[in-house]
Amino acid sequence: MITKMNHVSIFVLNQDSAFDFYVNKLGFNVHTDASMGPGKRWLTVCPPEQPELEISLMAINEGMMFKQEAAEQMRVLVSKGTFGFGVFECNDLLATYEELKAKGVEFTKEPTKEFYGFEALFKDDSGNWFSLGEKKQ
Amino acid sequence: MPQPAATIFLKIYLYRRVVQAKLFIDAHYHQPINLAAIADEAYFSKYHFIRLFKAAYGNTPHQYLMAVRINNAQLLLKTGMPVTDVCYAIGFDSISSFSALFKRITKHSPAVWQQTELKRAAEMKIAPLNFIPNCFAQQNGWTPNRNF
Repeated sequence: MITKMNHVSIFVLNQDSAFDFYVNKLGFNVHTDASMGPGKRWLTVCPPEQPELEISLMAINEGMMFKQEAAEQMRVLVSKGTFGFGVFECNDLLATYEELKAKGVEFTKEPTKEFYGFEALFKDDSGNWFSLGEKKQ
Repeated sequence: MPQPAATIFLKIYLYRRVVQAKLFIDAHYHQPINLAAIADEAYFSKYHFIRLFKAAYGNTPHQYLMAVRINNAQLLLKTGMPVTDVCYAIGFDSISSFSALFKRITKHSPAVWQQTELKRAAEMKIAPLNFIPNCFAQQNGWTPNRNF
């Protein structure tokens, strides 16, 4: 029986920039930041109240995972906002929206009451998009 | 029924004031912060301010300030900074109250927590593969070649 997810990957265009976005703007905590050799880095972050979920900020590098052509295609797809990686939760959507906007986070959908809940959409510094919802009381 | 525009604008205005107060704490946590002064600056009564802040962030401004200080203490401890220096750098003026709060939140004293983290960082430098699920390491070509 599967009980939990503890790692998930997000492909990013630049790990330094992603570090700044996820840590300094979103307020996530760094879980592991390990150098794997020149230009190679294993970087994971966690939402503040979910330390058991490591989000791996994966660089799109040519290598075992991506051949050169695939890496280039992946970079284009990410930067075009093709991928939506999940739904984040906050206590208060309006407050979080105002705070993240003040920090320069780009929203593609303002907080909106939908039939399934209160939701906004934002993009990370690479172009990946996320839904942001309010915790149901 | 839709809310009148004036109500919505007032709500957004109040949210912006609460967010500004939170961002002020984020930026000035290491200084003596008078939360009543923040409430004044945000044009709230102290009690109204605390209520709105707690509704938005799940903690009172004081609880949030303490959490920010301990988070930043953890970042400084990870750099190897002495515990006493960390205590003063994050805005505490008493080692005992800093240590007590740190232990209450993290379950460890600052010194023990720091030793654990420094040891983990050293291990990460020597053997980073111990910190990465093997499937990811293999996908990235980071696992050593083995001859079977």
